[in-house]
Amino acid sequence: MTTDFFAIDGSLAEEERAVRDSVRRFVEAHVLPIIGTCYVDGRFPRELVGPLAELGVLGANLPETYGCAGLNNVAYGLIMQELERGDSGIRSFASVQGALVMYPIFAFGSEEQKRHYLPKMAAGEIIGCFGLTEPDFGSDPGGMLTTARQDGSRGWVLNGAKMWITNGSMAQVAVVWAKTGDAEHSIRGFLVPTDTPGFTAKDQKGKLSLRASDTSELVFQDVRLPADAILPLSGGLKSPLLCLTQARYGIAWGAMGAAMACFDEAVAYSKTRVMFGRPIGGFQIQQARLADMLTEIVKGQLLALHLGRLKDAGTATPQQVSLAKRNNVSVATDIAREARRLLGGNGILAEYGAMRHMENLESVYTYEGTHDIHTLVLGQAITGLDAFR
Amino acid sequence: MKIAVCIKRVPVMDRRFTIAPGGTTIDEVGLAYDVNDFDLWAVEAALRLKEQVGTGEVVVLSLGPDVVQEQIRKALSMGADRGIHLQAASVGADDLPVARALADALRDGGYDGIFLGRLAVDRANGVTGPVIAELLGLPCVTAVSKLEIANGRGRAQRELEGAQEIVEFPLPAVITVDQGLNTERLPTLKGIMGAKKKPLEVRPVTLDAPRVTVRRLALPPERIGGRIIGEGVGAVPELVRLLHDEAKVL
Repeated sequence: MTTDFFAIDGSLAEEERAVRDSVRRFVEAHVLPIIGTCYVDGRFPRELVGPLAELGVLGANLPETYGCAGLNNVAYGLIMQELERGDSGIRSFASVQGALVMYPIFAFGSEEQKRHYLPKMAAGEIIGCFGLTEPDFGSDPGGMLTTARQDGSRGWVLNGAKMWITNGSMAQVAVVWAKTGDAEHSIRGFLVPTDTPGFTAKDQKGKLSLRASDTSELVFQDVRLPADAILPLSGGLKSPLLCLTQARYGIAWGAMGAAMACFDEAVAYSKTRVMFGRPIGGFQIQQARLADMLTEIVKGQLLALHLGRLKDAGTATPQQVSLAKRNNVSVATDIAREARRLLGGNGILAEYGAMRHMENLESVYTYEGTHDIHTLVLGQAITGLDAFR
Repeated sequence: MKIAVCIKRVPVMDRRFTIAPGGTTIDEVGLAYDVNDFDLWAVEAALRLKEQVGTGEVVVLSLGPDVVQEQIRKALSMGADRGIHLQAASVGADDLPVARALADALRDGGYDGIFLGRLAVDRANGVTGPVIAELLGLPCVTAVSKLEIANGRGRAQRELEGAQEIVEFPLPAVITVDQGLNTERLPTLKGIMGAKKKPLEVRPVTLDAPRVTVRRLALPPERIGGRIIGEGVGAVPELVRLLHDEAKVL
């Protein structure tokens, strides 16, 4: 039994399948053997950054001229799927590096910034983080308090704090979004080397989710930056939101990877776990669970693939990305929980993946636009009436 | 160092196989295909040799319908330099015509080594390599699990049943690769994109008529569960009787 119940493989191009297979084998060989322990220990496996870069997954959909693989969006989505089949924390690392740091440098940066940062970030020599969310401004980032003021020498002085920043403590560069005036349209992006005086990053302790991921709080106290630290083409809140649309697209695929991992584990368990003298997979209640799980996986895969084709055609809308992220993460969360339940008592152990995925997906449900905010995005698209403005 | 590697497209083995109507072929619906594992190790061995020498060329050949180009491109994505597709609409169960077509393509290639897997995991005949060597009049070393090449000579370790054999041979030679020689590298994403730009030559071939044909395919019998005949010393006489009379192993 495979999760490809609708022969979706046949809709993928040869190189898309080849990319998927390489990343899947990488995850099987390097992520799955260690991830349970990393999760329990609360440690991001930094030793995988070099090998992931060598494989070519960092910023894989950006052009070859900047040292990237130049893949299409479907292949990029398949990479996210396979990484999250391993763990949402590993996928989050790649999402942030590629979609939230390399992408804004590519889209809003100067040629000099692109040439300096992108090849080194593709090679994993520079790790990046993305600072938009603040302690008091999550779903409403336009209210941010972080400011960048020009000093007398046309340089910038950064003050403020960011929270829930993936890769924050290990990054060498942060893309920080700050207000250069009072209004929302004054928001600009800045490239901040993390060794700049006044920049501090603090690990956020006590997470019960995404434990194999670096999540940090960033504080900027009179951080002085040169004039060319600004991303020249960034302007207004729409710039970081454009980055988030890139990342959310990857999440729509990634969540399906986590769901497939849970389904595969549940199927294997149901066939070997014997209760009342026969495998539990022979009982109707478990079969109903598995049938529901597979149905949602097939639907989610088709949704992600079609969205990818729209994106490659240049016609995908942020609202379509919202629908896919909202649906796929929500059903993946349900699938992980049902898999956990099918596994019975064993389902709470780190030896199995279901509960780890279930806990991770609670974060994925909330980050990159909460499920509820995406609901309102869709509500606005349907009715033309904006619920949060 | 110029090395040719012959690779075969085979079904991925983790699926449940069924026999197609007609009873002589497997049902291909729902199967996935990949390069034969042993051939991947042959590709890896060739790439490492080229990297060790610092110069040379690795040429990958595969015989069959157009779909085998996917497997050639996988070898190219691992780092092979160019591919040759020996185009034939179908390939039968007789390995001699296959080996002949490969030998004809290899004969004037100026190769220092011709690498293949020890066998293909689909049919497991394991004869294509030795037959190519015979047809080309080259030394043949099969089931190689360690390999050193220097100064136009090779030294290889072969895996035998319960023993190992060390052999030396001059180049050019045909070498078939066994499990344990190496672990193949994963194609990198840049390698996958780059493979599309590498040369892949298509040469139509006409295979000799097969002299071996498949008459019937059968799945192995379903395994039936074990039987517990008792516990402790008291059960031994009955166990011995069943092993003698029923299983006929004593």
